[in-house]
This record gives sequence, structure tokens and C-alpha cells, in this order.
Amino acid sequence: MKLDDEEEAMLAGEFGRVAQIALEHQIKVGDFFGAPDFVPVTQAHIMADTESLGEAGVLWLERLADDDGGRGRVRIPTITDPRGTDFAKAGMLRQAPWMLTLERRAIDALTRLGVSMTDTCINYQTIQAPTRGEHVAFGDTGVVIYSNSVCGARSNFEGGPSALSAGLTGRTPRYGFHLEAERQATIRVRADWTPETLNDWGALGGVIGRLGGNYWSVPVVEGLDGAPGSDAMKHFGAAMASFGSIALFHLVGITPEASRLADVGGNRLPVAQRITEADVKALQNAYAVADEIDVVVFSAPQLSLFELRRVAELCDGKTFVKPLLAMTSPQVKPDADRMGFTERIEAAGGQVMSGMCFYQSYAREMAEANGWKRLATNSAKLVNILGGYGYVPMLTTIEQCVRAAETGRLT
Amino acid sequence: MKAASGLQAAAPVREFKARHGIGAKVRGEALVAHDGFSARYDLDRIAGVFSRPTHQLAGQSYVGRILVLDTPKGGVATAWMLHEMASRGVVPLAIVFNTVNPILAQGAAFGNVSMLAGFDGDITALVPNGATVEIDPAHRVLRVV
Repeated sequence: MKLDDEEEAMLAGEFGRVAQIALEHQIKVGDFFGAPDFVPVTQAHIMADTESLGEAGVLWLERLADDDGGRGRVRIPTITDPRGTDFAKAGMLRQAPWMLTLERRAIDALTRLGVSMTDTCINYQTIQAPTRGEHVAFGDTGVVIYSNSVCGARSNFEGGPSALSAGLTGRTPRYGFHLEAERQATIRVRADWTPETLNDWGALGGVIGRLGGNYWSVPVVEGLDGAPGSDAMKHFGAAMASFGSIALFHLVGITPEASRLADVGGNRLPVAQRITEADVKALQNAYAVADEIDVVVFSAPQLSLFELRRVAELCDGKTFVKPLLAMTSPQVKPDADRMGFTERIEAAGGQVMSGMCFYQSYAREMAEANGWKRLATNSAKLVNILGGYGYVPMLTTIEQCVRAAETGRLT
Repeated sequence: MKAASGLQAAAPVREFKARHGIGAKVRGEALVAHDGFSARYDLDRIAGVFSRPTHQLAGQSYVGRILVLDTPKGGVATAWMLHEMASRGVVPLAIVFNTVNPILAQGAAFGNVSMLAGFDGDITALVPNGATVEIDPAHRVLRVV
């Protein structure tokens, strides 16, 4: 890679060992993808839950924070994805003390490196949405696909070590979706039906994600009516990224880079697939394998204030026989408390958790400790993830999920 | 004739060129499937086996094997998880993909796991399951030996 004077100095250690380690890692990745140089980024977002880090990752972070006499710091605003717990609710979740100890150590190390512990995967709704053309280094695939597609920002999937490196150096290798040419559509899809519910939007994202199939695929979708709204785009994108490793999509007439099909080269592509309501329902029905449920989870991505408001409305007057967990960001939770949404959900027997996301929180261990196996959710992303953790996840509407918490059944 | 002398001709080494490579040269047994890969979605990382019921390799151990798969799927966690798995010795020897995403490349760089990606053909159809293969990232070559 071609390095500028500042990068040469960084690589030589003139900015300290911490920045040097970060740049060395970034050069390895940049060389792998043939990046010609670095591009400055304005924000970084790090996925660093301790289930992923493990003891080895936390030790690595601690050593990095200790390096340079503890003076290593990020150079740009650098924020975090959800943590592995809500410390106030860890007992209810039956998380083990060692998990909380590991979380505290990771938080301490990241804080010493100057990272702001926002603990959210909906930073585009709560912290600061990037603008069109803004180069960023975001982790969490849902954050990346929303920022690229809905905001028109430019980011690759940045795993934890790479996102932290970007924060420490203020730049990232210029490849993938930082390049204009990579943002053109590669697969053209026509939707014959526009979803209304969030689970339907998520399932449609899952269907398109499977069609796209890999990271370098950029779907352009025609035929969707109206303006879907932020929560719909959140579920749509998160599921597409989860099912297909997709990082960018275009909706003709809706997302900013595709006012017209031709803007993203879609007019040169044949329609690869027409997607009907039946296709979306088929994906959902593939998960409808049981009637009784053990737990209801709203998470992945964290809930917006509007989603929590809707859950609260549905909880009024109900008494749950099964746990209902609603997970949101530390930015939304105080508003939910202040506006009474938390109280209404918890009065029915539910729990509102802050700063965590279900699948990033030792889901396997929670299942074993609580006897949870059959899980109902409205998140297509979550059902795609949890099979490997030993759950039987089922995808349905918010309304049916709340009813399931009340009756223990989906029908 | 060689057959008359009791000697058998060595099977020819088949080589496949990759567009991307990282890590050290390694040799081992290939575990092959035309399926995706995510450390979070697909693995029981404690037991060292594929755990997603619908994965083609469900129930099989990945430890010390050279995984030959289609493409990464899922989230960003694998970038940390390969490093964590390597620290416990419950890690693949190398990973080979038809197409790779940044997360797996970043994870390979951080966790020192050898990786090749980007072939002219479908590498999951070209490498027999169980074959001994050599991964040579410096020369971006996979050899079936």
C-alpha cells in the first residue's frame, strides 16, 4: 500500500507502539484486498462483546491499553456495539460472575484507550447517523448495511480489531465499499409485494440476502411502495446482512444512491428474481416448528423508542407466564423509563434491558441456565443466528410475540 | 514398466491459484462443503464442532482441519473469535473460500490463521473432502497432494 508521510511515521513508531500495532494490522488487511492506500474516516464503531473476545481478546486489549505507558488513545470518535450484559439484569439472566468480570475488564481497557462506551447497534438512530459520502469504519453488519444503504455513507464490515485500529489511526484501507465502482448494483430484484410489519421486512431482507449470497453482491430492488421508515430499514438491512453477508443495497426511488435504476447500473442487469409475499412467508414458515415457547426476545437490532412504545402498548393489562425480554440502547432506555414504557412492559412481567443484545450475551449459557430452547421473536436476524446456539427460534409479529408471553403458545 | 517393478506412479499434485492469501504455509486434511461460514452462527467453539443443525458439516470437528467452504456469512464476531479459538487450540488449521469478506480476512490477520480465497473454479468442487492439501498463502496456491 502507498503510505503518506504521517502513515510512514506511524509505521515507524513515531506515534507510539499502539498506533504502530494498529497500522500494521490494517496494512495486512489492505494488502490482502489490494487496497492502494488509506482513506481518512470520521467515526469508528467497535463490536467487542466478551463472548467474542474471550479471555485472549480481553488480555490483548489490556496489553494494548497498557502499552505506551497507558497513553495510547483513539484519534477519532470511536464508539461500541452492545456489551455482553446489562449489569442490572445479569442475575435475572443467570449470567455467571466470570462473564461480568470479563465484561468489566474489557470496558476498562476500551475506556483507557479513549473509546466511548455507547453499547449500541442502532447508533444511526441514536448517536450520529453518517451522511452521504462520509467514510467511516463501522462494525456490526446491521450498522454497516444501514449506513451504506440508507445514509449513503461508505464503510466495509470492520471487525473489532480492525474498527479499533481505525479509531487509533483515523483511517482504514481503501477497498470494497469505499470505492465508487464497488457500489454499483450486481443483482437486480423485483419485489411484487411491500411488507408492512417489521418481521416481514426482516424476512424480505433474508430472502434477498440469500439471493445475493456473498459480501460483494449489491442488490438493487424495484417495486417497493412508499417510504418504509427507519425501523423497517433496520430490520430489512440487518437480516440481509445476516443471511447473505451483504453490506450495501439500493431501493429504487427510496435510498439515496438509487433515485433511478440507472443510477446504480441496475438498468444493465436482468431481473434475477421476482419476490412475492409467498417467498417471504416461506422463509418465516421454515422457522414455525413448534407451538409452545420458552422465552420471547425483542433484540437484534436493539429496539428504537418507537418499537418500545409499541411493545408497551401491547403489554398493557397482560400478565406473562413466559419471560419477555426487550433490549435497547443506553441512549433509548432513559427515555423509555421517563415516558413510562419500561414500567408498562415490566408491570406485565417483561424485562427491558439496556446496552446488550441477546445473541452477543452468552446465548448458549443463558439457554442452559434458564431452560430456554423455543424462542419467539420478530427479528429475522435473530432467528438466523440462534440455531447454532441450540435454540429453536421462531419468527412472528410483535403482537404474536407478546401474546405468546401471555399464553406460552404461538397460536 | 513401473507397475512390473512394484512401484506406483505418484499421483500428480493439483494446484489451484487464489487471488488473496494471508498467513503461513500449512498442510493438513481438507474438510469440504459448499456452504457458508461464521464462527458465531455455525460453531460450538467449546466443543470444536459445527453446531448449526442446517450446516452441511453439522456435528463434524473443525479442529486442525483445513476448511474449504463457499463464502463467509453472518456478522463481525469471527474477527475476534478466530484469535480466541487459536488461543485455546480449538481452531481450523486454515480456511479456504471461493469468495471472502473483510471480517474473515481481518480475523485471519489478527488470529494468525492461514487463508486463501478467490479461485477461477468452485474450490469446494475441486478439492475432495478428506484430501491432504497444502496452503501456500505467500504464493497464493492451494495444492492437493
